[in-house]
Amino acid sequence: MRKAVNPAPSPPSAITLAMRWSNFQRRYAPYIFVSPFFILFLVFGLYPTLFSLYMSFQSWTPSDGWGRWKYVGLENYTFTLTDPMFWRAMWNTLWLGFFSGIPQHLIAIPLAFVIHMVLGRFKTLVVAVYFLPYITSSVAIALIFNTLFATNNGVINLVIAQLNTWPVLGWFLPDQNINWFLNSTIKYGIALVVIWQFTGWNTLLYLSAIQAIPKELYEAAAVDGASRYQQFRYITLPLLRPMMFFAVSLTIIGNMQLFEQPFVLLNGGASSATQGGQTVTMYMYRTAFEWLEMGTAASIAWILFIFIGILTYLNNLMFGRTARGEA
Amino acid sequence: MRASGKRLSLGGLLLRLGGYGLLALGGLLTLAPFYFMFVFATHQRSEIFGFPPPVWFGEHFWTNYQILVQKIPFWRSYWNNLYLAIMTTLPALFFCSLAGFAFAMYEFRWRERLFAIILATLLIPPILNLIPFYLLIYQIGWINQPKALWVPAMAGALGIFLMRQYILSAIPKELIDAARIDGCSEFQIYWRIVLPLIRPALGTLGLITFIGSWNRFADVNVIMRTQETKTLPVVLRTLQGATDVEWGAIMAGTALLVLPLLLVFALAARQLMEGLTSGAIKS
Repeated sequence: MRKAVNPAPSPPSAITLAMRWSNFQRRYAPYIFVSPFFILFLVFGLYPTLFSLYMSFQSWTPSDGWGRWKYVGLENYTFTLTDPMFWRAMWNTLWLGFFSGIPQHLIAIPLAFVIHMVLGRFKTLVVAVYFLPYITSSVAIALIFNTLFATNNGVINLVIAQLNTWPVLGWFLPDQNINWFLNSTIKYGIALVVIWQFTGWNTLLYLSAIQAIPKELYEAAAVDGASRYQQFRYITLPLLRPMMFFAVSLTIIGNMQLFEQPFVLLNGGASSATQGGQTVTMYMYRTAFEWLEMGTAASIAWILFIFIGILTYLNNLMFGRTARGEA
Repeated sequence: MRASGKRLSLGGLLLRLGGYGLLALGGLLTLAPFYFMFVFATHQRSEIFGFPPPVWFGEHFWTNYQILVQKIPFWRSYWNNLYLAIMTTLPALFFCSLAGFAFAMYEFRWRERLFAIILATLLIPPILNLIPFYLLIYQIGWINQPKALWVPAMAGALGIFLMRQYILSAIPKELIDAARIDGCSEFQIYWRIVLPLIRPALGTLGLITFIGSWNRFADVNVIMRTQETKTLPVVLRTLQGATDVEWGAIMAGTALLVLPLLLVFALAARQLMEGLTSGAIKS
């Protein structure tokens, strides 16, 4: 095209040069504008990830010196998969994933419904209060709870002792101070912290979904004599399914990577309750930076990655299709 | 009819009161740990774990503060936190809005696919990248250097997504065409026309990025190996490792770490919450 317009190889004028530049920059600008992400992702995301796949078949510790890795085949994987400590950590992770995940949603959904129903002017303020833990440093939160969990005269134990004197509720609570830092109890503490930290986030997600439900639906139901509970059960809950799928997916991905809360509550692995509470990511971290077995740590990361993939797939299977179908 | 109407409203009233009670209880449980953090920051260790534990502010904040600055390079760590947060936020605002602008306002080959790739990277669990990332930083000799932490974060996927959504909703394509006819180059369009119009979104993304960076722990803990280069959450954690743990001092440090976020949140809670959930709702 351009050749037909300008057949002679004469030096182009300033105007055509400017036009060419204008066309050129217009055509390639979007690619240049989006390129920083891809360059950074290739260098700091994809390359190290692929390298860690390679690394998971090698034996290497930093004192060997860079490049001095030794090919060991599947040894890292067989070591990890036959390591009782790994399976203990996996059990902890799944336990925590479930018991710190499910309550968040069981609390958040009715909470969001109640906020939507009873609050007008102060809605933002109340939601903001619930949301506050989400934007707070996990390390700070775990440090605060570390003091609240003290066995003797810890605030949480004192509250439990107080509630223990109440009728009915007291039957379910232990009479003695709980030592929260035992192999058998630490998971409950970690779960409590995680529930406290993330319920507000889920409440906000569900509230935004509830607010998107047309008012007319409730009004029509009210005319037909549906109670508040029936409205919640037969209008709100079904229409929340897509958001439930999304929020539960986020919880699964987040909980399978739980790191900072157990890391701080277990004093970086120095606590005597470490075995009872350490998660896979924490175990991976310690394998890499405490025992300096980088290859084994890389294999742990990949095994966990596959686990997360399977769980996300199962969630998709159970929830996803219907969620999307109704969306 | 009247009777049933009355009963309904009475039930509604009870429900409302019950709702308020529930919300108040939940709010109390949410705020209590923050309250105890501030209270404990003003008490010595023996008081914190004595009976009864303190429920009101004490007189030992300065004692705790002295312990803090004596045991750790507190203000140096604080500065490291601030430096990292600023250095992460400013380039992120630039590169995310630039990419978001391209995705929102241009037709180009591979656009949908490139955008899908960006969204897909959000699904990669970040902590799995911790070890390979450390190895890369080790390999290129950036250990103990803050740029190892902010350079990779300069163009985040979430930021690009938020910016694209906002630009799509806030800027008419005709405006871009008009600027082009007036002789603006593509970058000038971004710089002179788009940037001034997306200030609210930049504010939201800036807050999200700043807070995220402020709270960062796992990768900072791995990359920053010396006491002078660590950020505050990492250094506070090391205080926990000692035998006689000064919980009063730790709570004072924690309070000083959390306080700026509480202030920012008090000023911009609505904006932040809308920004953080908008991705969830629109997708």
